Amino acid sequence: MSSKASILAAIKKNKPEASSLPALLVFPDEQNLVEKYEKGLTGNGGKLIQAANLEEVQAYIEANFSGEQLKASLVEGIDGNVNVNNISDPHDLEHVELAVLNGELGVAENGAIWMPEKNVVHRVLPFIAQHLIILLKKDSLLTNMHQAYEKVKVNEHGYGVFIAGPSKTADIEQSLVIGAHGPRSLTVFLVD
Amino acid sequence: MRVGLFIPCYVDQFYPGVAKATLELLEKHGVEVDYPLSQTCCGQPMANSGYERYGKASSELFMKNFGGFDYIVAPSGSCTLHVKDHVLPKEENAPKIYELCEFLTDVLKVKDIASTFPYKVGFHSSCHGLRGLRLAKCSERMDPEFNKPLSLLKQVKEIEMIELDRKDECCGFGGTFAVAEEAVSVTMGNDRLADHTRNGVEVLTGADMSCLMHLQGLIKRQNSPIKVMHIAEILNGNPVE
Amino acid sequence: MKTQSHAQAAAEFIKDDARTHWHDETLWHVRQKRDLSAQGIPEWETLRDTASATKDYVLSHLDELLEQFEANALANGVEVLWAKDAQEHNEHVYRILQENKVSNIVKSKSILTEECGLNHYLEDKGYDVVDTDLGERIIQFAKQAPSHIVLPAIHLKKQDIGEIFHEHIGTDEGASDPKYLTEAARQHLRKKFVEANAAITGVNFGIAETGGFVVCTNEGNADMGTHLADIHIACMGIEKLIPRATDLGVFLRLLARSATGQSITNYSSHFHKPAPGKKLYIILVDNGRTEQLGREDFKNSLKCIRCGACMNTCPIYRRSGGYSYNSTVPGPIGSILSPGKDLKKYSTLPFASTLCGSCSDVCPVKINIHEQLYKWRQVITENTDVDASKNLAMKVAGYTFGRPVLYDLAGKMARAALKITPDSLVYSSINVWGKHRNLPDVPKESFKEWYQKNRKS
Repeated sequence: MSSKASILAAIKKNKPEASSLPALLVFPDEQNLVEKYEKGLTGNGGKLIQAANLEEVQAYIEANFSGEQLKASLVEGIDGNVNVNNISDPHDLEHVELAVLNGELGVAENGAIWMPEKNVVHRVLPFIAQHLIILLKKDSLLTNMHQAYEKVKVNEHGYGVFIAGPSKTADIEQSLVIGAHGPRSLTVFLVD
Repeated sequence: MRVGLFIPCYVDQFYPGVAKATLELLEKHGVEVDYPLSQTCCGQPMANSGYERYGKASSELFMKNFGGFDYIVAPSGSCTLHVKDHVLPKEENAPKIYELCEFLTDVLKVKDIASTFPYKVGFHSSCHGLRGLRLAKCSERMDPEFNKPLSLLKQVKEIEMIELDRKDECCGFGGTFAVAEEAVSVTMGNDRLADHTRNGVEVLTGADMSCLMHLQGLIKRQNSPIKVMHIAEILNGNPVE
Repeated sequence: MKTQSHAQAAAEFIKDDARTHWHDETLWHVRQKRDLSAQGIPEWETLRDTASATKDYVLSHLDELLEQFEANALANGVEVLWAKDAQEHNEHVYRILQENKVSNIVKSKSILTEECGLNHYLEDKGYDVVDTDLGERIIQFAKQAPSHIVLPAIHLKKQDIGEIFHEHIGTDEGASDPKYLTEAARQHLRKKFVEANAAITGVNFGIAETGGFVVCTNEGNADMGTHLADIHIACMGIEKLIPRATDLGVFLRLLARSATGQSITNYSSHFHKPAPGKKLYIILVDNGRTEQLGREDFKNSLKCIRCGACMNTCPIYRRSGGYSYNSTVPGPIGSILSPGKDLKKYSTLPFASTLCGSCSDVCPVKINIHEQLYKWRQVITENTDVDASKNLAMKVAGYTFGRPVLYDLAGKMARAALKITPDSLVYSSINVWGKHRNLPDVPKESFKEWYQKNRKS
């Protein structure tokens, strides 16, 4: 008997009496979504900036990053100097300093942003960049993860990730250190 | 209402004062209490050690002694829990067992305990009463706050209840655990004691004499000035000895 | 060989009082962060109830869900392998590495691969497996096992880690600043990520209806590894399934909050298809799980989502350290999982508890851990011969408690004996209780004697 067959046979023999699947949970909408979102994001080490337009985002990038640093932008209207779409080997992204990406939707309770594969092109981009900026539309904010999973089709693309902050660790004596393997910072621009 | 008093074996043998206070307290609040003389032990020491099967005789004896009552009351959360979970039959007409505090709050609905106790008191929340019988909301769960023993202590005049840093951590008694895992047990007990000492407790109380016996053992060995009393003694208005 | 009992190992740990209390405080702090976080969620208990019921459904439909998961994963272009036990799991991994001519392997945290002893197996075959979770890398350098499932290096102080890093990656001697050490690990591991041809990960949740799976990290190490390497091998215990993607709403809300108090891990990555030109494998592992499923009293232990909350809250774990359990999964959950694998070897674990019940009340999927500890105790005393003297003592106690006259007499004798015995004998080395605790003062009469004299006439 194959391992599959023997495992399934053992389960059939041993599994408990069938119980039913609970209904999906629905909780009241959060009223102050932006405020709550900012709390969620900063709680996980991210930073929120409300921007009136893309120029503000561009100005922020110019003020914080130098001209020669590698910047990969997938946001129309934000300049970069790395053309992500022309890269075929993700290893070529190794020295990217900043990635600027569009977020699909934001979750107020924890700051998480859904990033489907199409928004990052190369799966490694939001991880390998030293810093990450995500643009998020204000009207994309949702109250909680239940609402997020109602909206998101997790298998629409081969990959997708909820990003809720910069890369971090507390593995040494529970001391929080930002910048473990991935981005050393996450800045979310909330735009109209 | 036929009420049977169950006095756990170690309370009977080593803490008769706690049993007397329990009896007097119940009588003071209008309960006619019967104390079956053939009672021994609920069988918990065997069961928690993995020998539930050797507790059969004591379970049968327990039912012989207490099967005819409406209510059984015991001044111990731990023994009450054991009887509830492992001794009493799960039938509609079976007697109901209550730990003393919950009997006072839920059945007698005592609103005036009529006792005075001018001391700084730390309450040790014993685990079986807390998480087994749900005498109070434990810190792990996110339900609305409630605390039956504390609601009674708050009725005591001139008492000052002390807040602890870890309000419901285990003291490390755990029955045979206290001996089998002596090193951990003693460390846990000392940590609980330090919490009470740090926060200025004069009298340490609780609803389980077994935990208190463990803590008292440490207190005496270390010549700590903290006094130990069962909650029944405070609610009954007993003086500090 | 006789394994050290939990009590013996714990007593060793406790000898260093300062370290014991540091360990206790560190983990208690994590427990407090969990409380604070859960207090912010009014529906917390509803989430726990729902998560628990969802896992009940999973366990009672596990065969159907696994077949559904496999079919969907195959349709996604994923290769699915089944492993009866650790050996078969390791062989699958080895074969994949051979077939794809892999030389450099990075691995993110996976308790399952610890359970299977994958690293040692692959090392014996000549592979160097680089653990990339910071805590795991630390203990890998130190040739230790994780002492906690979420915080693998929680038993080490930063000075210990400074020494380990100095030796292995050349950090400055005596340097122990967590920021400095983390940065050094980042530089060291970045090279490993870039060089890797294969990435091994665990799985937090497998989604039956889509054939995909979710991996949660804060460091981003699972993603750095999998997205740069050509081969991704995901190792998954068969109990890790959830029926629907929407169930993730419940589980992701609970997991990180229960584990460390954070609202969600910074990365919750959903894998469905391999990236173009790459390969994705899922290995479904039994290794004793189907057997545990058939144990009525213990099947619920399979609901575990490996958050580690029961370890952080356990007053014994906090004061005895993860190694005292001598099992891949330590702490309360380990103490109910391990006896099913080797009753004799793990026979002392279910006794390493006061049955305080804190574990069951923090558990996000409501596993009745302390009740299972109680049940394992019954199984152990009946099926092993570990403690003959205790057996006799309990038999005698049971006999005595069943007979009122005997009980009254025994009580009287014990009290009398205690009264006349000199303290030097009472507190001799045989009396373990008395090593650090006094016995209660002996009253002149029992309550029953008083009652008979004063109340029954």
